[in-house]
Amino acid sequence: MDRFVWTNGLLDMNETLVIQQRGVRLYDGEDKAKLDVGAILLSTHRLLWRDQKSHECCICIPLSQVIFFEEQAAGIGKSAKIVIHLYPSPENKEPGPYQQSKYSYIKLSFKEHGQIEFFRRLTEEMTQKRWENTPVSQPIPTVTGPKAGRTRAVGIVGIERKLEEKRKETDKNISEAFEDLSKLMEKAKEMVELSRSIANKIKDKQGDITEDETIRFKSYLLSMGIANPVTRETYGSGTQYHIQLAKQLGDMLQAPLEERGGMMALTEVYCLVNRARGMELLSPEDLVNACKMFESLKLPLRLRVFDSGVMVVQLQSHSEEEMIASALDNVSDKGSLTAEEFAKLLGLSVLLAKERLLLAEKMGHLCRDDSVEGLRFYPNLF
Amino acid sequence: MSFEWPWQYNFPPFFTLQPNVDTRQKQLAAWCSLVLSYCRHHKLYTLDVLEAQESPMFNNKKIERKLSVEAIQVVFEELRKKGNLEWLDKNKSRCLIMWRRPEEWGKLIYQWVSKNGMVNSVFTLYELSNGDDTEKEEFHGLEDWMLLRSLQALQADGKAEMISMDDGKGVKFF
Repeated sequence: MDRFVWTNGLLDMNETLVIQQRGVRLYDGEDKAKLDVGAILLSTHRLLWRDQKSHECCICIPLSQVIFFEEQAAGIGKSAKIVIHLYPSPENKEPGPYQQSKYSYIKLSFKEHGQIEFFRRLTEEMTQKRWENTPVSQPIPTVTGPKAGRTRAVGIVGIERKLEEKRKETDKNISEAFEDLSKLMEKAKEMVELSRSIANKIKDKQGDITEDETIRFKSYLLSMGIANPVTRETYGSGTQYHIQLAKQLGDMLQAPLEERGGMMALTEVYCLVNRARGMELLSPEDLVNACKMFESLKLPLRLRVFDSGVMVVQLQSHSEEEMIASALDNVSDKGSLTAEEFAKLLGLSVLLAKERLLLAEKMGHLCRDDSVEGLRFYPNLF
Repeated sequence: MSFEWPWQYNFPPFFTLQPNVDTRQKQLAAWCSLVLSYCRHHKLYTLDVLEAQESPMFNNKKIERKLSVEAIQVVFEELRKKGNLEWLDKNKSRCLIMWRRPEEWGKLIYQWVSKNGMVNSVFTLYELSNGDDTEKEEFHGLEDWMLLRSLQALQADGKAEMISMDDGKGVKFF
């Protein structure tokens, strides 16, 4: 505490106030300073403290005298503190509240909190060291050379201390950044809750909201990924997004479909499309809804659902009769085929091969032989 | 002369119950005629389901295929609907196979009787099914229950009458 000097509390021309915090008590090392609670002020050049009750009582210390500083967490019945380690004062130091002190550090006790922001600003100022660029007219006691009998932190130790400071700051910044992320996630949760409650309100107050607004709101909800609360099938009303997406798919899928003989399982389409997109991946629901619009948009693709539930996208030019006739030829050629053999023959996936064989069976062109050896298909000789 | 198997017998899908309705109908029709002709050839009048599953009728060892018990039941149900099969028990484990219906048998018997000018004579049942005279006839070896039903059919037609005799039953033809 013996580093402080009395001051009139006025800032100099080049000096600007960075932050101030009231409710701060000073500590001389571990002991409470014989001062009352006051306000701590940080400027570009100095650290000032002013008594809350008697404003004339104001002391300060130049920031250049700060070696380093650290936070001290709050405890039970104890406020959070910032501990500031100081260089020894120069010999020509002006008078202050303390003539001498056995401690070379002080503590700021934040009785009304605010320590986090203050610490942050202090870190900033100590990093930027703006006082070096704009020296104030008030003589600041500068330390000119090593004094006998006192240890000074210059040279390697000083550099080490600076590195330590920087490391701590980086650490702090990282954890602060993640703080933001967890805050963001909380906000997101709130947002979802909010939109859900609004969606429910819409469901209840069906008649009170106009058709237009409802549709608009529904599309917002949809774009946020919340299922439409009013009707189950949204593809009927068809949002702009799905229309655009359908057109995009129409272009994108032409070549792959032709390579694969005109038909692709929807799961294959999903993988292909998302891999191509890289970012802004599609949800399965969006994909299905977009595919359902192929016909109404007169695109040359169709979404088709087999009896077993398998969904495929196929070229409109794809002719089912041709496929079945060729399947029959293949089976007759080889006498009999399993789904796996058929898939290998045509270069199709096993799933699609099986679907085609089943379809041929349904049309009466093939019959099946189910045994322990597996499921084989024969031409229907019955 | 050995039994001639139909072409379907060597076609593996024949032993799998077809899901396609039209195909299944054709398949079942083929099975029914197979069962009936097999039984006629071997003069089988009753069948036990479990035994039948192992018999060559439902089990083709050459192509390693056999009809499952469920499928056999479906075939038998089909035969029952057509009037060629009757269950002997509630559990459907044994049945009567009528590869020729009683009426048809009755007609055959009556034909033989009238051909040989034996109308108005009396026969015992044993004579008809096991007599030397009937050896060449198809109804030779006919099991009693079937013989009885055939004669009852004739009786209903007014062409015969059952008579009770000292040591059994007899029949008179008109």
